[in-house]
Amino acid sequence: MSGTGVSAREKAQVLDETGLDRALTRIAHEIVEQAGGGEDVVLVGIKTRGVTLAERISVKISTIEGTKPSVGALDITLYRDDLRLKAEQPVVRSTEIPFPIKGRTVVLVDDVLFTGRTIRAAMDALMDLGRPRIIRLAVLVDRGHRELPIRPDYIGKNLPTSRRETVAVLLREHDGVDRVVIQED
Amino acid sequence: MGWKRKDLLGMQDLETTEITDVLDTAVSMKEIASREIKKVPTLRGKTVVNLFYEASTRTRTSFEIAGKWLSADVINFSASGSSAEKGESLLDTAKNIEAMSPDVVVVRHKAAGAPGLLARNLRCGVVNAGDGLHEHPTQALLDLMTIREKKGHLEGLNVTIVGDITHSRVARSNIHGMRKMGITVTVAGPPTLIPPQCQELGVKVSHRLEEAIAHADVIMMLRLQHERMQGGFIPSIREYSRVWGLTLTRLQHCRPDVLIMHPGPVNRGVELSPEVADSRYSVILDQVSNGVAVRMAVLYLLAGSKGA
Repeated sequence: MSGTGVSAREKAQVLDETGLDRALTRIAHEIVEQAGGGEDVVLVGIKTRGVTLAERISVKISTIEGTKPSVGALDITLYRDDLRLKAEQPVVRSTEIPFPIKGRTVVLVDDVLFTGRTIRAAMDALMDLGRPRIIRLAVLVDRGHRELPIRPDYIGKNLPTSRRETVAVLLREHDGVDRVVIQED
Repeated sequence: MGWKRKDLLGMQDLETTEITDVLDTAVSMKEIASREIKKVPTLRGKTVVNLFYEASTRTRTSFEIAGKWLSADVINFSASGSSAEKGESLLDTAKNIEAMSPDVVVVRHKAAGAPGLLARNLRCGVVNAGDGLHEHPTQALLDLMTIREKKGHLEGLNVTIVGDITHSRVARSNIHGMRKMGITVTVAGPPTLIPPQCQELGVKVSHRLEEAIAHADVIMMLRLQHERMQGGFIPSIREYSRVWGLTLTRLQHCRPDVLIMHPGPVNRGVELSPEVADSRYSVILDQVSNGVAVRMAVLYLLAGSKGA
């Protein structure tokens, strides 16, 4: 959902570097608080930027709790519900979750929550890998327009948008800069 | 990524980027094989028909597993005991199968070009699983995947293919694929089993085994195809094995990190000594595992194309 197309016109900056970092710090604290410590928690990022965010949250939890939760990467392409609607098949990337998720608290991490369809796919993918005790959802931006009954547990920023707009999450590791912007085609 | 083809008919018409797309997708698919639950819902509601007019266990099973792990319905249609024996033409059979709305038809046939004929006449995707002496593209793709996995790259490698080049569609597909990926290919075998126009494909030709394998990063041994030979190509199997069989003694003069490949089925004691087939150089079983991953990738890419 983080369409960073060059043709899109930037309308407004939503988060700068400090704001983005602060949002992730708060999410890390909330995860630790709700889990009663971080020991049982594993983070699974949805490719690509969700993985980067999960890694950052994991580092923050380690500074709070002393132990660093494992971070996995989930590619949901094979679980999409819109494969038939696309002109050509989307690229399948690798899923790398090198630890058991059975009985654990899995926090799914994604950059932008929009229709909820990606999260539906991610939950199906997780269930095929094992039976977590709890699945929770952390997103940096919740932009509304849900099409499925899915609600995040940890939200960096609530951002009401119109459907014509796109939300671009730019991260240092991919884009050389940390910021969140609203764009319009 | 830009897979736009309806069909996969051969390595000869694939672009380098398309080969890389298939290999990258296959690497992702391979992870599914390591799971406890080996199934993803991607091709739910899609139908794959295996249409095999020639005996095959490995390839047909491999396509079948690939389809099933992607949740497609896979139907096997073998020529023996079927309408083909009752005189129905290939095209009529295919049209009948098409009336049952498959998404992909996987075809093996003794006639070169049979998959191409089907591809032109059917709306669904067609995969060539081996046609006569022409091509066997998924075998070449799984071989490339195995080499890339073991060596980390393809460009600049030296691969020697040994044996019956003339009757081998595996060799032909591999030569096309490897040349496109920047691999130097040497073919070696008795002159009767090497096509005279071979150099036109951009390969080196050698008639001495020791010389051909001395600097190879990969040695691909081919099976002697008795069933395709109408006599006179070799004096005897024992003679062939003595001159062209790969033994541990002969391997001593090769690179220490050489890979031994074989498309199977292996004739132990003919082209490969049992010790070599089971040695640490051998990646024959990796080829089989990667075969499923490559076929998953191909089915995924074709089932999503416009035609399907």
